Amino acid sequence: MLGKQLKQTRTTTLFILMICAFVVMSIFLPDKFLTLSNFQSMSSQIPEFGLLAIAIMLAMLTGGIDLSVVSTANLAGVGAALILTGSLLPQLGGYGEGLVIILAILFALAISLLCGLANGFLIAYIGAPAILATLGTMSIFSGIAIVITKGYGIAGFPESFLFIGNGTVFSIPMPLIIFILCALLMALVLNRTSFGFSLYMLGSNPVAARFSGINNRGILIRTYMLSGLYSGLASIIMISRANSIRPGYGSAYLLQAILVCVLGGVDPSGGYGSISGLVLGIIMLQVLQSGFNILAFSPFSKNVIWGLMLILVMVLNFYSSSSSKRPKKLKT
Amino acid sequence: MAEEFLKIQNVSKSYAGVRALNKVSMSIGKGEIHCLVGENGSGKSTLIKIVAGVVKPDEGEIIINDKTFKHLRPIDSISEGIQVIYQDLSLFPNLSVAENISLNQLIEEKKQLVNWKEIKDIAEKELSNIKKEIDLNERVENLSIANKQLVAICRALIQNAKLIIMDEPTTAITKKEIDYLLSVILDLKKRGISTLFVSHKLSEVLQVAERVTVLRDGKKVGDYNADELDYDTLSFYMSGKKIVSSAFSYEEKPGQKAMLEVKNLSKKDDFKNINFQLKPGEIVGLIGPLGSGRTELALSLFGLNKPDSGEIYVDGSLVRIDSPQKAINLGLSYLPEDRLNQGLFLRQSIQNNLVVTILKKLLDRFKLLSYERKYKYAKEWVDRLNINTPSLEVAAQALSGGNQQRVVLAKWLATNPKMFILDSPTVGIDIASKNNIHNVIKQLAKEGMGIIMISDEIPEVVRNCNRIMVMIDGSIVKEVKAVDITEDELFDILSSSQKR
Repeated sequence: MLGKQLKQTRTTTLFILMICAFVVMSIFLPDKFLTLSNFQSMSSQIPEFGLLAIAIMLAMLTGGIDLSVVSTANLAGVGAALILTGSLLPQLGGYGEGLVIILAILFALAISLLCGLANGFLIAYIGAPAILATLGTMSIFSGIAIVITKGYGIAGFPESFLFIGNGTVFSIPMPLIIFILCALLMALVLNRTSFGFSLYMLGSNPVAARFSGINNRGILIRTYMLSGLYSGLASIIMISRANSIRPGYGSAYLLQAILVCVLGGVDPSGGYGSISGLVLGIIMLQVLQSGFNILAFSPFSKNVIWGLMLILVMVLNFYSSSSSKRPKKLKT
Repeated sequence: MAEEFLKIQNVSKSYAGVRALNKVSMSIGKGEIHCLVGENGSGKSTLIKIVAGVVKPDEGEIIINDKTFKHLRPIDSISEGIQVIYQDLSLFPNLSVAENISLNQLIEEKKQLVNWKEIKDIAEKELSNIKKEIDLNERVENLSIANKQLVAICRALIQNAKLIIMDEPTTAITKKEIDYLLSVILDLKKRGISTLFVSHKLSEVLQVAERVTVLRDGKKVGDYNADELDYDTLSFYMSGKKIVSSAFSYEEKPGQKAMLEVKNLSKKDDFKNINFQLKPGEIVGLIGPLGSGRTELALSLFGLNKPDSGEIYVDGSLVRIDSPQKAINLGLSYLPEDRLNQGLFLRQSIQNNLVVTILKKLLDRFKLLSYERKYKYAKEWVDRLNINTPSLEVAAQALSGGNQQRVVLAKWLATNPKMFILDSPTVGIDIASKNNIHNVIKQLAKEGMGIIMISDEIPEVVRNCNRIMVMIDGSIVKEVKAVDITEDELFDILSSSQKR
């Protein structure tokens, strides 16, 4: 009861904060903030780092972290781009655009799954701390992407591929639809599958999980593969929206995605966090982000602000947990 | 009785509306060995902290050496000669024995420079006073817990202690070390130094104490001379309930085959050549001191500690148990030694804790977890084991020790095990809950489950098992039917073979 109440108050607080940010923006910048084009641009930015945030959240739920999400997305994006532009498997050109696009997407997802598998293997079997393992693979994956492209961007994809990142269905941007579907699917996986349940239990106490017969290694491997998969999905939206891939693209998303997780109530030590909290966090960050854009903040000052916010949330969490979360028991 | 050193009069203390202590009075004579007993939550710790001056009582007064203190500060308490040795001992693990012993005195003398010779001299003198040889240069973190305790006692003596308060000093040390500690305390008595023992291990309390003060729910039940108490009356005073523990009777059915058989199981540094059988309906006690290899053996049976050689048979067929999942599939469950870390997900709800082992049973036809079934199963087990909780959503950490242990018990019983290894099932649990858990275990055995109960409490195994195996230094040195051995005989076997 206490736990649930706390969780509820947390989500409510977050919701209220989000509304506040929204109202403040609307009052002070009504002619720029409350416009259709602004909302469309917000909703097309949300999916990219939203998917990356889900990827990081998964790792965080196990008590780890996945720093390689953006690099995985880059590498997967490069893979897809190579097929789309015909540099890889040019003989496919004869089979029509549709098949090429499908293959490119599958290839990107396969790469991202492999990247996740590598992370999972290092963490579950070698026992490397997640932060070090994924820091290492982060630079490996982005390094490979740069070597393949020799540092240049790849541009010019088939017209129908661009629909994924730029199209709208009933004036809802396609990326947003993909994001909503992915978020719902992940909520289902986390809340209603035995994998999801085991993931939360593993995150809250890996020793007890092992003693309860949970296959910790299997869960970790699958978690990091899922994390990779979501990075791969993000990469498809990214390259389609920009109609190009350049290694290093989206590196600013890493900090933002972690920030969103922490803002959304995901416990960095594992076991706690929900998709609903995460989505609230994402929307809040995006509202602020667009406000800063309208006010023409430089990207550097934005970085400072994101960093400060991350630390502020941690400080707030520390005080709220030391005052209420730990029930003080009288010990004899 | 000798002259009184410490008198506590009508002390009360409340925390956030909860009365931790309610008008408690007690006194300790000079050179007296006094025991303070009570179950978890009875107010023992609060009382000690008040005497140490760390906690301010709401009312009442403390009289030390005929000086009355209304507001006792920690510094007053220390200068009057009261030294508290807390459970964690508060030593500096990275400093040497000599430094640990001498440090406080040097600080008190406000020395700016370190004189190594002086440090060693002080420490050596004190250690020889209690007739103990410990390498002065050894770092304290490398000492056994028993030796750490002695270092803490020396440090207390150096500060002219007149009363040494020891909080649960015997929880983590072996029988032999306890005996040594007791002899040190008797020595201190000769020097006129009083000791206050805080404990809930009844057999030791009776062995050492001259007088016993019992607390229950923040109130004093009474002061007793130790010789007018026995195990049963003391447990009655502590819990307020008459505990009727029935002995376990097991009738072997002829021709019944072993459900678990272990042959020549060995693991380097843990245990060697272990052979035993377990039949349906048996409760086999596995008793041995900490570090005897008992837990390691259990972990090997549960797939968490790969043995080097030997065979395990389940229902007559050879099996290899290399993971807990496999053990569970073979019908084996393990209630771990460390309830808080290995047994429970403390911050998760009771409901989640209860169903973690039976996720497969909770899936609906879409292979999705059914909240309805989850609730049903959790509710069923809460009722069956009488787990006392306001709701299924309460975090496991909010429960009392006894209820927590029943949650762990329930999560394993939900898997319908054929064999159940219980590692120290009643450590840190109040007497009534303890008895309740013992009854549950006996009932399970009657229904045909094979049970191995690991324990270091002699009465627990003698009263609840039909067969007892004594494990020392990695080997099973004796196997005996419970009816053929008394608690005293078992005690002798355990203490005589403990050469460390």
